[in-house]
Amino acid sequence: MSGTHTSGGVVWLGSPAFPEAARSAVADTRLRTNLRKATGTIRDKRVAAAAELDDWEELRTAAAAIKRATLRHLDHHLLRLEESVTAVGGTVHWAADAAEANRIVTRLVRATGETEVVKVKSMATQEIGLNEALAAAGITAYETDLAELIVQLDDDRPSHILVPAIHRGRAEIREIFRERMGEWGKPAPEGLTDDPRQLAEAARSHLREKFLNTKVAVSGANFAAADTGTVAVVESEGNGRMCLTLPETLITVMGIEKVLPSFADLEVFLQLLPRSSTGERMNPYTSMWTGTVPGDGPRAFHLVLLDNGRTATLRDTVGRQTLGCIRCSACLNVCPVYERTGGHAYGSPYPGPIGAVLTPQLAGVERAASLPFASTLCGACYDACPVKIDIPEVLVHLRARAVDAARGGSLPTPESLAMKAAALTLATPRRLSFAQRAGALGSRLLARRGVLRRLPGPLHRWSDTRDTPAPPRETFRAWWRRTRPENQ
Amino acid sequence: MRIALFITCFNDTMYPNTGKAVTTLLERLGHTVHFPQAQTCCGQMHFNTGYRREALPLVRRFAEAFAAYDAVVTPSGSCAGMVREHHGTLARQSGDADLMAAIGNLAPKVYELSELLVDVLGVTDVGAYFPHRVTYHPTCHSLRMLRVGDRPLQLLRAVKGIDLVELPEADSCCGFGGTFALKNPDVSSAMLADKVANVTQTRAEVLCAGDNSCLMHIGGGLGRLRTGVGTLHLAEILAGTEGDPR
Repeated sequence: MSGTHTSGGVVWLGSPAFPEAARSAVADTRLRTNLRKATGTIRDKRVAAAAELDDWEELRTAAAAIKRATLRHLDHHLLRLEESVTAVGGTVHWAADAAEANRIVTRLVRATGETEVVKVKSMATQEIGLNEALAAAGITAYETDLAELIVQLDDDRPSHILVPAIHRGRAEIREIFRERMGEWGKPAPEGLTDDPRQLAEAARSHLREKFLNTKVAVSGANFAAADTGTVAVVESEGNGRMCLTLPETLITVMGIEKVLPSFADLEVFLQLLPRSSTGERMNPYTSMWTGTVPGDGPRAFHLVLLDNGRTATLRDTVGRQTLGCIRCSACLNVCPVYERTGGHAYGSPYPGPIGAVLTPQLAGVERAASLPFASTLCGACYDACPVKIDIPEVLVHLRARAVDAARGGSLPTPESLAMKAAALTLATPRRLSFAQRAGALGSRLLARRGVLRRLPGPLHRWSDTRDTPAPPRETFRAWWRRTRPENQ
Repeated sequence: MRIALFITCFNDTMYPNTGKAVTTLLERLGHTVHFPQAQTCCGQMHFNTGYRREALPLVRRFAEAFAAYDAVVTPSGSCAGMVREHHGTLARQSGDADLMAAIGNLAPKVYELSELLVDVLGVTDVGAYFPHRVTYHPTCHSLRMLRVGDRPLQLLRAVKGIDLVELPEADSCCGFGGTFALKNPDVSSAMLADKVANVTQTRAEVLCAGDNSCLMHIGGGLGRLRTGVGTLHLAEILAGTEGDPR
């Protein structure tokens, strides 16, 4: 058995700040090629799928309204969900943080006497580092989503919410299967090529053994309806359906923000989610279960409701909209930054624009201070978001929180000094004019034929790849004063 | 109609010709342009970088400088966006009711140049002449914050002599992002490289946009690689005529 990462969690320990991590990602030719291909394809599919619905904008508005209204009375809906799930034979557990959730799941698995679990792809269990916690307790978790399997076999980390192995091409996947599958179970067949069909067949055959022999499954949840106690998982491969129906015990870990007031609300979200995430009209498998049914499916169902920073996020009136996220990953696919760095640079299972706003809120801004700045604020994410999360608004809000948190420090940063100096300069037209004259004079001394090739100090980060025009001798303001003395 | 020009601190310092072009253009269309001397900066850099405390006095100054006008025009989509979308946020945070009211009145009257021309003045053919091959980059804030749509293209299509060619992947960000270019120089440069490649692919002589900050960024890449492609603000193309070509 290969080792697993010991650094699960909202923030991966030891991850460098975003700009540093991005530097090596941007220089990785293979990664850039894989990302460009994958995000480009999925981007076009999403636009086409959304354009098919006349009421797409109304659906987005409805989804945003449902999510915001639900979050306002989250306590009420959660208690109702507990009541409904309990009434249909399930057991509800409450976890304040990752450690508590991991303890609950470990205890539930141990109580079955089993030492292996199959897993449906789940962001919540990535967030709490469940696989690592189970491994520490002597329990092996098998990922059954194809891309999660690739990541697990390679002892790697996910780099996309929907397509965790988006950073891998098929030739790399073939190598991973050939080298690692045997350590986890049925090895890859002899003569495996990088033909996608062969790769899928190898995974299917490897996983079938797990599905048929494992008595406990762990899943996440896309939605849970408070009125009926129904839990829903949306997926493409059928591995989820296997895990949700074959084992004797099912343990679902769900973020508390996933609750919907009513089963009828699914009408909106099941239209938005597949079109936004894979660009499909409908995903191949939508599994819904309502407690337990004798003789059909798992005999025991446990629902673990996970807080892990969500209540704190809810307190922030601007930031709380982030909790409306349905994990479709449309924002990742349209993000020009994500397209060039991939997910690992974000240092969290939640990458891309949504990760840049979610991770700092779940883990604390001070533990992910570079993430709110990992965006040009171009706004493509907001346009793509099916629940209309104003990600740029939350980004600048979190930037202000990061800056304000640093204001208390003993030494001002060079950036904060520069910002203060700029504010003083811009405070009056007279100071601005003075600074403009001084700046223009200095720049012209450095310029050759009106162009600055190298800028001093930290500005080299700009001038390393860009020329800069020297400011002209006369500002607009001075020109106006000189030419229009009558109109002052 | 009393039209005031908000030049922006950046254009004032780096691109005065853009301000002159806005003035020339509006005067040619029969309007008087005012330039309130008290103006400095909209505070966008401070706000977007997290320095809200430092941005607030700039919001105050803006509100005072432009209160007396019917319309404020600015040759920058991102500065117009800052005023329209975020000055209200800062005013609310300050708790100053007078400032909130002032911004509430003023913000809707602030227009990016193409909005003023097409929506307020109702003109798309401004009588311009520019006999060159041009491609147009829609800047992110004009596109997704102000929603100017194809207004700049309507104006460009009416320019006499222009050979307007479509820019591939036009609505992708160029990677500038204000302080982003300094904080994340590698990603910014990677985005710039793709934008530069798309621009050169069009064989345009000139890249046009409604924001000189984005143009300085893309132009910085075009210049570093000695592509020979120039950059011009929309106002400068619209200001040229057969009698006074640019």
